[in-house]
Amino acid sequence: MIVPALILVPLCAGLLAFWWRADGPRRALLVLTALVHSGLTVAAWVQWNNNLHSSAPIAILPGTWLALDAAGLLFLSTVSALFLGCAIYGVGYLGREKHQPHIDYEEHLFFSNEPEAVFTGCLLLFLASMTLVCTSQNFGLLWVGVEATTLASAPLIYFHRQHRSLEATWKYLLICSVGIALALLGNFLLAVATSDPRGPTTGLFITDLVQNPGKLHAPWLKAAFLFFLVGYGTKMGLAPMHTWLPDAHSESPSVVSALLSGALLNCAFLGILRAHQVCVAAGVEDFSQGLLRVFGLGSMAIAAVFILGQVDFKRMLAYSSVEHMGILSLGVGLGGRGAFGAGLHAMNHSLTKACLFLVAGNILAAYETKVVKDVHGVRRLLPLSGILWIGGFMSITGAPPFGTFLSEFTILKAALDQGRPIVAVLYLALLAVIFIGMAGIVLPMAQGEPSAALYESRRREAILSTLPPAVFCLAVLAVGLYLPPTMTAMLDEVSVALGGN
Amino acid sequence: MSTDLNLVLVMLANLAMLGSSRLSACIRLSAAQGILLSLLPLQLELAEHKLAPRLALFALTILVLKGVVFPALLMRTLRTADVRHEVVPMVGYVSSLIFGVIVLCFSFWVSSRLILPHPAPSPLVLPLALSTILIGLFLIISRKTALMQVVGYLVLENGIFIFGVALANKTPLLVEMGVLLDVFVAVFVMGIAIFHINREFDHIDVNQLTSLKD
Amino acid sequence: MEVATLLPLAVTLIMSPLLLGVINRTKAMVGGRKGPPLLQPYYDLIKLLGKGAVYSRTTTWVFRAGPIVSLAGCVLAATLVPLGGCESLIKFHGDLILLAYLLGLGRLCTVLAALDTGSPFEGMGASREAMFSALAESAFLLGLAALARNTGATSLTQMHAALADGAWSVSGLTLALVTVALLVVFLAENSRIPVDDPNTHLELTMIHEVMVLDHGGPDFAFILYGASIKLWVLGALIINLVLAPSAGESVADLGVALAGMLILAVLVGLIESTMARLRMPRVPQLLVGATALSGLALVLEFGGIGK
Repeated sequence: MIVPALILVPLCAGLLAFWWRADGPRRALLVLTALVHSGLTVAAWVQWNNNLHSSAPIAILPGTWLALDAAGLLFLSTVSALFLGCAIYGVGYLGREKHQPHIDYEEHLFFSNEPEAVFTGCLLLFLASMTLVCTSQNFGLLWVGVEATTLASAPLIYFHRQHRSLEATWKYLLICSVGIALALLGNFLLAVATSDPRGPTTGLFITDLVQNPGKLHAPWLKAAFLFFLVGYGTKMGLAPMHTWLPDAHSESPSVVSALLSGALLNCAFLGILRAHQVCVAAGVEDFSQGLLRVFGLGSMAIAAVFILGQVDFKRMLAYSSVEHMGILSLGVGLGGRGAFGAGLHAMNHSLTKACLFLVAGNILAAYETKVVKDVHGVRRLLPLSGILWIGGFMSITGAPPFGTFLSEFTILKAALDQGRPIVAVLYLALLAVIFIGMAGIVLPMAQGEPSAALYESRRREAILSTLPPAVFCLAVLAVGLYLPPTMTAMLDEVSVALGGN
Repeated sequence: MSTDLNLVLVMLANLAMLGSSRLSACIRLSAAQGILLSLLPLQLELAEHKLAPRLALFALTILVLKGVVFPALLMRTLRTADVRHEVVPMVGYVSSLIFGVIVLCFSFWVSSRLILPHPAPSPLVLPLALSTILIGLFLIISRKTALMQVVGYLVLENGIFIFGVALANKTPLLVEMGVLLDVFVAVFVMGIAIFHINREFDHIDVNQLTSLKD
Repeated sequence: MEVATLLPLAVTLIMSPLLLGVINRTKAMVGGRKGPPLLQPYYDLIKLLGKGAVYSRTTTWVFRAGPIVSLAGCVLAATLVPLGGCESLIKFHGDLILLAYLLGLGRLCTVLAALDTGSPFEGMGASREAMFSALAESAFLLGLAALARNTGATSLTQMHAALADGAWSVSGLTLALVTVALLVVFLAENSRIPVDDPNTHLELTMIHEVMVLDHGGPDFAFILYGASIKLWVLGALIINLVLAPSAGESVADLGVALAGMLILAVLVGLIESTMARLRMPRVPQLLVGATALSGLALVLEFGGIGK
């Protein structure tokens, strides 16, 4: 009963939010829904843990539309945690936003905001669609969910009704819709691969496909995987299909950027993982792993090029997401312990990136610019945000003792274990370049003195806008210091399903 | 009307769209394509001498959505946006048509090299689905008007639909309907976005959406 | 040599100017006018043949040779085309390519003659004619290639015979595509609306007419006569395709074909009355569209759909 509730609660709340006129109760509804969703997710964890230790574990039956397996639960919990943090942050953010038309600080034109009811409603529908992606056990339903995430999130990017966010929204809508349409072709190719002229075909249920891989037609399965990779890869931000990502992430409100980067990209990645799971079961994992490695390293390289000398700090964070999506797909592509590392890294990256985007929102609100060289002395002006900005930077570049160090190291070790020294060298070199590039941007922002005018008019930082990023940052730190056995068991299960050990 | 004739008419609509300079003509062509496609599942089932009621419902939904609702939405956007009624190509009409023919030959060549696990209902299905997909992608990247890009997206979707209906027709109805719902909402949201683009910029020429870059 | 093989050629030579008369009469009637007599083109030809010619001092032999060679090319082309149940006078494997090149030769000579005058108007018309006919030729040849693939014959006469065996019921799809493409080629090659307007005498909009402005007397008669034969030859190809002989009796089939030719002429008259001439930049689009149709037909044939 947990799974349908996970989808229905945000769905109903979202529809309700569209019609609710009063701001206060609507914001309460947002946080309440996020709390209920997190509670249900925790219940799913308990259930999963019990199932793990019980003598007769319950397996997912063939023909199940919605169910939570290890991979689904892992991604769902990051979605849920991030959404809770962002909902709390969002209440503060929406409270600060003006209702009247106000001046855009880049183009100096007047603009107004989207009605808050639409924003909140779409935010909740976005949660519902991401939950659908995480819980669906059918490729068709998964596709429906991923396309729904695009449609629900497009209005979120256009919250500030001005030229640049509109441009970003259009690119996001069109590029992602086309990409996902190609993933639909992947679905049909998979259906061709499973078709058996003698008997009735399966309806593309993941469990069916994984349990009866013998019936799969290898060339068509490979073609299907290719289209899944390109299609969902567009949504996930793998280079060279990432072009929408920096625009959408830099122009949307920071709370939306955090959700797009931390939760949505993972959901798209889950689509690719499902296809990879079938490839592993059918014994063509060499093909899919090779592609994942190539796209992974390619994304890291493209991201490194654009991070060096980036002038806009939100775009820098966006390119960093491209880099980390590359790391995830490289990890899965390496096999072995790499898949374990990728699962862990997905979680670490989501938490860290959400922390960074929320802090970036605080910096943006205080300095009213996204240009790196106009921002100095964040540590002095916003003490807590400044610490989190540096902490987030350490974490995102994989410095110990953060959890990202653990996961990136696991992937490096997998590369060496699998006998791929060239991949390992490239991986390390790109990580080093990105470290240098980001350090050159983040540290000058944090250090130095803010301008006197800004310093005079400084205010205390609001608890609502610093607590969620602080919690995310501490969580990554905690994972780096101690990985609970339940989580290890879960990551092991994910890893085995993805052809690792 | 045979399946072959239907598919060839779909292809002719593609070619006409490549050579057409009027937005409204392209929208009407996409409507015609939608109506033709709604007949496709019925023709395929009738060829096997059976017709399930769920299929009739499915075909009717396609007819209403692709043949009536999408074109009506786009036409409405065209009217409210009150823009220049031309598609503004980046690649000329003549070159586009030549591209269409080349794509067609390429699709036939590719299809001749692919081996389906079970025979297709018509040898035209695979090549024409492939060329419709490619022409849809080409329309998206070669036309500057935002509205025309939506038409290109619909053509792309139609190509995938041909492939799905003819070769993978055992997909559950629930999924098919979900896909249609998503495409419907996509066209709807894109229509709203175009309306806003027109209001903000006084044009819907995506070539001028260039303020975001590195 | 049988008399029957001479029949199509004789019919072509005698009746071709009549088609122009029918087209003009149809246009006049649709326009609510009485119009010239049906035999007006014959009167024009006779009148022109009785006149002398004036040659500019700047022209060379190319200018004088142009009309004669183009007429010769058209007459030779007429010997290759069957009509109704009758075979053509000359037939061999691959004669369809010769047909295309004979028509091309006639056009080349007209173009050269136009350039030889040194007048900018003629030069402009020649340039347009060369460009449009190059596009039309690709549609024409691809369409014929599709027919050759469909019927398995490379001679027009064999193709004609093969089409008689109920080809339309088997591969109507590709034949319909080729017919539409050939119709466009027919209109373009004979400078009819929507590609060119044979009646206009405004140099800026003309294509074919502007090239022959400097010709007079017998030379102009040759050009007019050659153009009418070309109209007949290309029309006959369409009629052969659409009305494949079915009676089995030469005379009856020939009658049907002739009636078809007259109907085609009326159809052209109707098209000219109801459509406007396309803007010059749109013409290549129409012709490439026709090429696309021919190409589609050919690809379908190779895809094994026709049979």
